[in-house]
Amino acid sequence: MTVDRQAEGARRSPVGARDAVTDATVLRLEHVTRRFSAKGRTVTALDAIDAEVSGGAVIGLIGPDGAGKTTFLRLCTGLLQPDDGRIEVLGTDVARDPEAVRARIGYMPQRFGLYEDLTVRENLELYADLQGVAPDERAERRSELMHMTGLGPFLARLAGRLSGGMKQKLGLACTLVRIPELLFLDEPTVGVDPVSRRELWQIIDHLVSTRHLTVVMSTAYLDEAERCRSVLLLHEGRLLGADTPAHFTARVAGRSFLASAPDTGKRRLQERLARMPGVLDATIQGAAVRLVTVDTDAAATGPALRAAISDIDLRPVAPRFEDGFIVMLKTRAGMAGTATPVEHDAVAPPPASRTVPTPPAAPASNGGGSIIVADHLTRRFGDFVAVDDLSFRVDRGEIFGLLGANGAGKSTTFRMLCGLLPSSAGELRVAGYDLRRAAPAARGRIGYMAQKFSLYGDLSVLENLEFFSAAYRLSGARRQARIAWALEDFGLGAMRDGASRDLPLGFKQRLALACALLHEPDILFLDEPTSGVDPLARREFWRRINALAEAGVTVLVTTHFMEEAEYCDRLAIMAQGRLLATGDPDGIKARTRGAAHPDPTLEDAFIDLLQANATEQAA
Amino acid sequence: MWRSVLALIVKELLAILKDTKSRVVLIGPPLIQLAVFGYAATFDLNHVPLAVYNPDPSAASRALVARFTGSPVFHEVAEVRDPQEIRGLIDSRQASLVLSIDRRFSRDLLRHRPAPVQLLVDGRNSNSALLVLGYASTIITGFDTDWIRRTGGRQPPAMLDLRAAYNQNLSSQWFIVPGIVAVLTQVVTLLVVALSVARERENGTFDQLLVTPMRQGEILLGKGIPGLLVGVLEATVIILAAVFWFKVPLRGGLLPLYLGLLLFVAAVTGIGLMISSIAVTQQQALLGAFLFMVPSIILSGFATPIANMPSLIQDLTEINPMRHFLSIVRGVFLEGATTRSLWPHLWPMAVVAAVSLFAAAWLFRRRSY
Amino acid sequence: MRVRGLLRKETLQIIRDPSSLAIAFLLPAFLLLIFGYGVTLDARHVPVAVVVERPDATTASFTAELDHSPFFTASRFATIGAAQAALASHAVTGIVWLRADFTRRLHSAPPAPIGVIVNGVDANDARIVEGYLQQVWAVWIAARLRTTGAAAAPPIDVRQRVLFNPAVSSRDYLIPGLIAMIMTLTGALLTALVIAREWERGTQEALMVTRATVREILLAKLLPYFVLGMGGMGASVLIAVTLFRVPFEGSFAALTGASALFLLAALGMGLLISAVARNQFVAGQIAIIATFLPAFILSGFVFDIGSMPLAVRLITHLIAARYFVSILQTLFLAGDVWSVLLPNALALALMAAVFLGVAQRKARKRLD
Repeated sequence: MTVDRQAEGARRSPVGARDAVTDATVLRLEHVTRRFSAKGRTVTALDAIDAEVSGGAVIGLIGPDGAGKTTFLRLCTGLLQPDDGRIEVLGTDVARDPEAVRARIGYMPQRFGLYEDLTVRENLELYADLQGVAPDERAERRSELMHMTGLGPFLARLAGRLSGGMKQKLGLACTLVRIPELLFLDEPTVGVDPVSRRELWQIIDHLVSTRHLTVVMSTAYLDEAERCRSVLLLHEGRLLGADTPAHFTARVAGRSFLASAPDTGKRRLQERLARMPGVLDATIQGAAVRLVTVDTDAAATGPALRAAISDIDLRPVAPRFEDGFIVMLKTRAGMAGTATPVEHDAVAPPPASRTVPTPPAAPASNGGGSIIVADHLTRRFGDFVAVDDLSFRVDRGEIFGLLGANGAGKSTTFRMLCGLLPSSAGELRVAGYDLRRAAPAARGRIGYMAQKFSLYGDLSVLENLEFFSAAYRLSGARRQARIAWALEDFGLGAMRDGASRDLPLGFKQRLALACALLHEPDILFLDEPTSGVDPLARREFWRRINALAEAGVTVLVTTHFMEEAEYCDRLAIMAQGRLLATGDPDGIKARTRGAAHPDPTLEDAFIDLLQANATEQAA
Repeated sequence: MWRSVLALIVKELLAILKDTKSRVVLIGPPLIQLAVFGYAATFDLNHVPLAVYNPDPSAASRALVARFTGSPVFHEVAEVRDPQEIRGLIDSRQASLVLSIDRRFSRDLLRHRPAPVQLLVDGRNSNSALLVLGYASTIITGFDTDWIRRTGGRQPPAMLDLRAAYNQNLSSQWFIVPGIVAVLTQVVTLLVVALSVARERENGTFDQLLVTPMRQGEILLGKGIPGLLVGVLEATVIILAAVFWFKVPLRGGLLPLYLGLLLFVAAVTGIGLMISSIAVTQQQALLGAFLFMVPSIILSGFATPIANMPSLIQDLTEINPMRHFLSIVRGVFLEGATTRSLWPHLWPMAVVAAVSLFAAAWLFRRRSY
Repeated sequence: MRVRGLLRKETLQIIRDPSSLAIAFLLPAFLLLIFGYGVTLDARHVPVAVVVERPDATTASFTAELDHSPFFTASRFATIGAAQAALASHAVTGIVWLRADFTRRLHSAPPAPIGVIVNGVDANDARIVEGYLQQVWAVWIAARLRTTGAAAAPPIDVRQRVLFNPAVSSRDYLIPGLIAMIMTLTGALLTALVIAREWERGTQEALMVTRATVREILLAKLLPYFVLGMGGMGASVLIAVTLFRVPFEGSFAALTGASALFLLAALGMGLLISAVARNQFVAGQIAIIATFLPAFILSGFVFDIGSMPLAVRLITHLIAARYFVSILQTLFLAGDVWSVLLPNALALALMAAVFLGVAQRKARKRLD
């Protein structure tokens, strides 16, 4: 089957996975199962997957971490063998003849194999050698790729010194030195700033339209689904659906609303709405709450809501892919009708009063009501300025977000605030102290949850809690009470003796949060708190954080998820170590509103800010 | 504060015991090394391949050859007919010693003239060569004494009356096995301590630890004490094996032994913590531990005497805690040394321990980000 | 073309990453210096206590021999008690004790005993010291024979000849062994860490889906590190010959050939370790445990293989360093003795083939 014939077929074929025309099918999975066993436990990474993908478009492989996306792609490229079932790529059985398949496909693994101590040009040369690109074609291919990726000016730079977005683009270029018939990309957009993300998508779209190749790419960003022709939705090793994104969202058509109630406050409103029958999902979006109802008929739910909350204002909005996903997850679990997370727990959110006592009065700080103050904060590593003259304030009881791509300087800022890293210049106060120099007791007032939910993996859940309670100097009855609270409230009781390494990601996140809250801190630092967890676990997590904020706990959170930023009261958007903007999410979005974006998202706003910044710097 | 230090110690011990890799480090190498060092690392010779060239067909020469072949040290591999073959046997390493008896041997012997015998030794391993020559001359001296007694010749004016103090049979095992106590204690303690902070750095839990109200001193204690416990425990196991399995006599008291052990483990822990505070990854910590371990074992007198090293290097070994602890273990085991007599070895270790622990605390503070 | 591309990549990486150059050149040099100076079994200037209870001309003739010997530094002690105290405090390694009746017995009832007590803790050292004392004694007897003509010569006239290393310098035999040991370590460490690094950085996964075959990937790994290893080997030999003045009797062609075979085996082992371990930490640990200790103890470099128990002797046949130690000691001290070189070289070639073969099988282009 030649490229052209296939592409012809693909163009003729209708969109969709299941209903593809057979001769254009580039990928067929029949009952594919793959298990992994370690330490006597067997995990089913993929469970009896049947799928068919037709060519000539971008196919999204979507699901949270641990859904089986990487396993799926490794099976398709012959890097793993299925335990059961059969995979046909471009008409060839992969397990039988992986080399024949590899000669016709391209694959970019999650952490692509760029040799960081080689230059951009040398990396390209290497892959051109490996892929057998004829010498006379190379110059042409290279200039084409450089033009496409905008990497031309950096040919002599070491790959290790490129930014995250440029590395991904170079990785893509390396897989494309020989145009494959079918391209597999494993999370190419993870950790990349929104501008680069948009550029990556443009490259991919361009390839599909000009070269007629098929791209199968995995992503954990649900909003990227809408850019795909069709989507394979994976969750916990199962294929929940294979359809066009439009089909997914169509199921929830007419069920999405934006609710606001000026007198109630967004968090209280969200909490109340989430408990109402008829509401399937309620998430904070800026100053409003986004709703997904059980019934398609707004008329059915609307009156009930209005009856409960007098000043509510309901405005129908277009459904998102995530709405469809949530509905599928909840209906699958047979729990439609309640907004409480499904399979994870039956535990209601704790009354705020019990979780967090009224915070003790902080020593008078120079920021009035501000509990966190950063003034002209700077951090240099040699010549490199990681954080450049950063100033912001956070008030008590506020949820404050630091938003930026990998390498924007948010982790450095975060570590300076926690006292883990000294600043090079500038002033820093957390609850009136500089934690780097403060007495240990001052550190007892903050809670810290590190990226990747750092726990002692070999220790059991209970042992982790016991250790952290002692490290936070809890003792006697209080210690026992707090450990009991953590086990019960976070639904960890059943697995208290299991090694925390073996916990599912969502539970790891809960345990990490429980450990950070054992000593009832006034200020909570969260570093990328929900990266990789599924949308339900993220909702549950934010419900707790909201309750804490309501009780007066100040929360500082870093994230690169735009949806997550919507939960924050105020945001600081960072790029290249500098502060681009601060303000509440709606305010930041409002700056961008105009002809180009009548209803801008945070991402639009972010991209505008970055581009404005780039123009300013160029000038 | 003690409660949190205790919690950290318990956590460290749990992590060591529950992690398969750490368990392997704790159990695997010690057992292998104990077995290998205990049995394979020996300077005692036996089965030395011997070739005999005996062109003198007499009772006397056969009696001499019999003394060689009857010894457990030598093992006759070839009887040489042609003297041309001799060199080839040694070149090809088929024989390490060639006993070449002169044609006139018995005739000279009977005439009370010195009867010529040549010993040819393979010098490629000079240590073995010296030992082989030593064994051979002992056998020949025995033959001489017997011959004089039987034939009534004149005795030599004086004879050496050799005795060895502390280790009468000159057993290598008695020398090597107490040394293993020091080597293994150092390896295990160093690995446990050096990797502990690096592991937390890699897993991201170290930040978590630093934001708790624990002081850095407390963290350091909590990281160091488990190493101390593991080291003392490991040493105890090997001491027991030395006494009950290898039957090395323990002539001194336990007090000087454990006093020395404690100071030694403290010094090693300090060095481990220093490596730990510098290393960012476990890989670096491992390499650092290795780079410290190799010279410290080589320059400790474990296999080769310090007295034979150049004087500059001898001075350098004074700062090597293992050198001192080796002297203590061997002193206590074989010589019955006392705390007082071991004082010159105790205080340098205390100094190294104090300096390294303070340096670790300082580095720790500087590198805690 | 693919191999060429991979080769260029490996070479560039080696040039830009100082760590592999450090492992190839600095580590061997560092280890060789430490060992070269630290490891010597030759006793010189051994401190001995001399107790002469009734000095006269006869005892003086004996102690004069001790004083002249380069092996001993003799110091006088008045009583045996004082000398024993010095032995206990490690001030002296041995005691030579001529009792009050020494001269009388020498004349009336020979042989008169010369009391020798050595500290036997270090059994090897003690034996060597005893050997030196025996030499001193033999020289004294011979001298007496010449001067007085009265004393009897021993019935047997032993002529000793130490081949290849007449000075019996332990450094001359330890250093060739050391080179073998160090090359085992660096060879395995180089490749073990290098492939494991590819796994960790995710580059291996990208390589596997290209058209490069396993054989090509391994070959491209092997060649540059082979060159590096030979460089390290050359540096070590240079240090041995110039700095430590070890004689080199063999031919460089034989040395090059044997080193090449050995490096193939060592690198092959490293490739195998890394193909199995897939992370730098485990690979590094295995490389150290599986190469350093066996090469140190079981290669015959210090400890005589023939004297080990049978089970251990059999195990030594699996250690590549064993063959290389034998080859190097022969090449340095004896010359091109083909009857030693050929069987050992054959064993090395066999091991290299096995390691590389298994590594190729293990490094399939699959993840599971």
